[in-house]
Amino acid sequence: MTPRDKIFYFLTIHRTGLSVCLLAVVLLAYPTLVANPYLLGISNLIAVYLIAVIGLNLFIGYAGQISLGHAAYLGLGAYGSALLTIHTGLNPWLAMALTALAVGLTSFLVAIPTLRLSGHYLAMATLGFNIVCYTIMMQWNQVTGGPSGLAGIPPLSVAGLPIDDEMRFHYLAWTLAIIVLTLGLNLARSSLGLALAAVAQNETAAASLGIQVVRAKIRIFVLSAVLASLAGSLFAHCYTFINPDSFTIFNSIELVTMVVIGGLGSIWGSLLGASLIILLPEFLHFFETFRDIIHGLIVVTVLILLPQGLVSGLKDLLRVRSLMSKKNAQN
Amino acid sequence: MLKIDGISKHFGGLPALEEVSFNCREGMTTALIGPNGAGKSTLINCIAGSLFPDAGVIHFQNQRIDGLPPHQRPYLGISRTFQNLALFPRLTVLENVLTGLTPEAEQSFVKSLLRLPATRHRERLLRLKAMAMLDNFGLTDKARWPVSILSYGDRKRVEMARALVSGPRLLLLDEPVAGLNSAETARIGAEIRRLHGAGLTILLVEHDMDLVMSVSDHIVVLDGGRLIASGAPEEIRTNPRVIEAYLGRMSVTA
Repeated sequence: MTPRDKIFYFLTIHRTGLSVCLLAVVLLAYPTLVANPYLLGISNLIAVYLIAVIGLNLFIGYAGQISLGHAAYLGLGAYGSALLTIHTGLNPWLAMALTALAVGLTSFLVAIPTLRLSGHYLAMATLGFNIVCYTIMMQWNQVTGGPSGLAGIPPLSVAGLPIDDEMRFHYLAWTLAIIVLTLGLNLARSSLGLALAAVAQNETAAASLGIQVVRAKIRIFVLSAVLASLAGSLFAHCYTFINPDSFTIFNSIELVTMVVIGGLGSIWGSLLGASLIILLPEFLHFFETFRDIIHGLIVVTVLILLPQGLVSGLKDLLRVRSLMSKKNAQN
Repeated sequence: MLKIDGISKHFGGLPALEEVSFNCREGMTTALIGPNGAGKSTLINCIAGSLFPDAGVIHFQNQRIDGLPPHQRPYLGISRTFQNLALFPRLTVLENVLTGLTPEAEQSFVKSLLRLPATRHRERLLRLKAMAMLDNFGLTDKARWPVSILSYGDRKRVEMARALVSGPRLLLLDEPVAGLNSAETARIGAEIRRLHGAGLTILLVEHDMDLVMSVSDHIVVLDGGRLIASGAPEEIRTNPRVIEAYLGRMSVTA
């Protein structure tokens, strides 16, 4: 191999790791280039959502299931962490971890009956769970503060430094988001990721090869709920204020939109999907009123034109093209 | 090696299998034949665990396996292929074959998330093993192709490769040449003979009589859910009950 080939080979086999490093470098420099707190606030929100979207993408994109209720886990994470810190004065990090544990357990209990369902039925069951959680948040005034929510949630702190401005939160949220992104990429490339993809595409065949179909689905569902819970807690401690409006079924659908647009089963696609959907209202100011309609239009357009989403769809398109041209060249 | 003992299966009131018993001997290729609706697929699904028999027992290497869920079969050394192909269309050829190595793959969630060097090393070994299997089937060039762009014959061979990569002791082949042309059929036939030569125990469900006669040591004939004959290929070929089942009563008496 010539030195040039060597470099190319190195880039090829380490492309995932290098891409993550590149992203980390860009994000490290980002606040020094963009000192505007408003813009930082937007990118912070992307980081928070990204954590939940990666989990949901593993569940929808890899395991081929559907959840229209993930905002519920986001909400449980936010309320759990907020209530623990407000009422018991617990360290926010500890509260986050305890909440994630409890949400993991809850999602496990929810998963046992619901993951026996599939398709529309599963969609309805998860949607129902979201409505139940939302109703509790709205109605149980004494605990959840009802429609006005909870205020005065203490911020997270790192090494005695409170994370109370956009710049600090940028570093914290993106550090966590990149860790989750890396873990997601790892899982997707592992044998377990392959097993999940197999479950999504043919359950009978997957089982005949030794894959425990139900167990695989439950595990990935619990992982996605735990990630949503962490994102929710982060959201609560970042904004120090939460109310039920952030955790409705429309937020769940928004999460699914992010997954679908970026690409089912594409971890990088999650980054693109979360970014696009959060940035969109900034470009289209009339957006707020027609938000759900526009989301619907986007999903339908993507599903018709590029059913695997932007990232996976374009990747597949290029891959098949290059294979075909090689095949033609051989003939 | 595989003992089928008094298996019955009913769907609603309809009997699909009635007290079927036979053995697959180690290292032998046993063919299961019979007209459409004879219960062949039901029986192979009972052996593979996707259906539970209503009565009867199945032993594999002296272990009772009826009632065990399908995902335990590969761990015992039983692999199968499917009548109408059950590949993962959006995965590549290599990835499809890799799923056949599930019993040897990393099962720990945490280790998969962390992708430690040991896990990577293990995955590299599995990949090499899968590539070697693709080489046996002449699929090396297509390793990175998504299965969905392959020809039907290639897909059949990917499925065989996936079933064989874990090194099973018993292979269940459910109509491996259905829908293939004669050249492709000959290729699969040669592959079955090679596996037989390597000492693998095979249970073959097939309609193609030329293939069945040329590869089997032992043939079991089902008709209407009952076992009507079993024996060596030459015995089956001349057995009047078998001829009757296939050609109808009239042609025998005529």
